[in-house]
Amino acid sequence: MATALQILFSGLTVGAIYALVAIGFTLVYSSSEVVNFAQGEFVMLGGMISATAVAAGLAPLPAASLAIVATVVTGILLYGLAVAPARDASPIVVIIITIGASIFIRGLASVGMGKEFHTLPPLLATPTLDLGGASVQTQGLVVMAGSVAIVLTLWLFLRMTKLGRGIRATAANRLAAQLAGINPRVIVGLTFAISALIGALGGILITPITLTSFDVGTLLAVKGFAAAVLGGLTHPAGPVLGGLMIGLLEAVGAGYISSQYKDVFAFVVLLGVLFLRPQGILGGRAVERV
Amino acid sequence: MLTVEHLSSRYGRIEALHDVTLHVAAGEIIALVGSNGAGKTTLLKALSGVQPIVAGRVRFDGREIQRIAAHRRVRLGLVQVPEGRQVFGPLSVEENLLVGAWTRGRAIADDLARIFVTFPMLADFRHRAAGTLSGGQQQMLAIGRALMARPRLLLLDEPSMGLAPLLIDQIFAIIADIRSQGVTVLVVEQNVQAALAIADRGYVLETGRITLEGSGRSLICDDRVRQAYLGVHVDA
Ligand SMILES: Nc1ncnc2c1ncn2[C@@H]1O[C@H](COP(=O)(O)OP(=O)(O)OP(=O)(O)O)[C@@H](O)[C@H]1O
Ligand SMILES: [Mg+2]
Repeated sequence: MATALQILFSGLTVGAIYALVAIGFTLVYSSSEVVNFAQGEFVMLGGMISATAVAAGLAPLPAASLAIVATVVTGILLYGLAVAPARDASPIVVIIITIGASIFIRGLASVGMGKEFHTLPPLLATPTLDLGGASVQTQGLVVMAGSVAIVLTLWLFLRMTKLGRGIRATAANRLAAQLAGINPRVIVGLTFAISALIGALGGILITPITLTSFDVGTLLAVKGFAAAVLGGLTHPAGPVLGGLMIGLLEAVGAGYISSQYKDVFAFVVLLGVLFLRPQGILGGRAVERV
Repeated sequence: MLTVEHLSSRYGRIEALHDVTLHVAAGEIIALVGSNGAGKTTLLKALSGVQPIVAGRVRFDGREIQRIAAHRRVRLGLVQVPEGRQVFGPLSVEENLLVGAWTRGRAIADDLARIFVTFPMLADFRHRAAGTLSGGQQQMLAIGRALMARPRLLLLDEPSMGLAPLLIDQIFAIIADIRSQGVTVLVVEQNVQAALAIADRGYVLETGRITLEGSGRSLICDDRVRQAYLGVHVDA
């Protein structure tokens, strides 16, 4: 039986990954109003490509770098080849395009890297740690620290760089951004690249704990989307809060109710939020979206 | 500097501009006036490339630009201050100005300093979110942001809309000042009297068509303009 501390720990660990997926959703959505359901595939590709490359004999760092580059290229191609050509289509058509693209990416991954589970060695030599009497995986700490670093880096990028300002300006007012000389397609392509990068990093961080396979992207997309909706698609802290809450809810549900129904909680939350508070916990006020 | 020939534009099946022809010479202030829904905003949007056109030609410096993307027209020096200010609400005043300089290189510190001299109030609020400013302050910011792009032709869409009379005078003084610094100006206004007073020439747009044109002075004295836009009753 897991202790309360272990449940909290594992909830925050997976919650951090859901938060990263949710950030990808909101980043793309805020600048383009595209809901990219291929978001979960970025996490899958990050973990799968790294694991396959390590299994083929590459050292972990080059393997991870390869996975990151390949995933970012996939994100850019997804935008350039599938989403951008449909810019005049209705949102529902674009959503279906991203779902189609995610099925395609999943298929390629299963053909190229197999259908079995893959794993990666944890980053630290000591695999477990005693935390207040409970044994936890050090990789969980790596996931949390890594996620915090990713979120902070993104925050600094959005606030301190010219490109980051361009993303925020486009999210705030697309017309005015165009009139300032910003090419919105470059900005939206950039948000696809960044969300692919963040997803790949998340996949690499979490694979030593949860393992990965070609089909993990679907559930991650649904849970990340639920997290984004829960937090509110219009507030920068929303996805982080939403991701952690869904992670905790799952861990508590699995620990105290049944692990069989673990994946159901995100759906229940999603439906509940859409019924009760469609703007999310933090949404609804006129605040910055990224 | 700018010539528009036989321009037409539509929203779905509704024609918003019909066979519009006009020109703007370098150094001029041109006023474009007309009542609500005449198509003034549509025309400026078409010139900036954010509204599709169905016919006609737009030449800027002799070069046809109607097929050039909106963001690239800014690089050519064709810059618009859109209707309703459209500031980047969550971004700070300074960030709004920096985004205005998107098409420029790194040497923009002088421009930023100059904007803060022209609009001292923006300097005071440089770290405030633009969305928290008053309407007049946002209009100053929107103009400052456009100036950061170093426009050669500045399009202004109803800069005085919703402002207090004192601020309106200030805005028109600023427009005159912008022209004196070598920027050509095309200004859309419902404040017909004030716009024609500072304009070299003006055009009247009615339901998508240019119906009158002439010098600012001659239009102010025109009976049709006086009756329709200046609220003066003219006996037939
Ligand atoms: N997005 C749109 N979709 C459909 N019709 C539109 C749209 N925008 C404007 N119109 C219509 O096109 C015509 C011209 O509108 P436009 O905004 O250019 O007028 P305007 O002269 O700028 O008016 P105002 O003085 O109120 O700003 C109007 O009849 C208007 O109803
Ligand atoms: Mg208008």
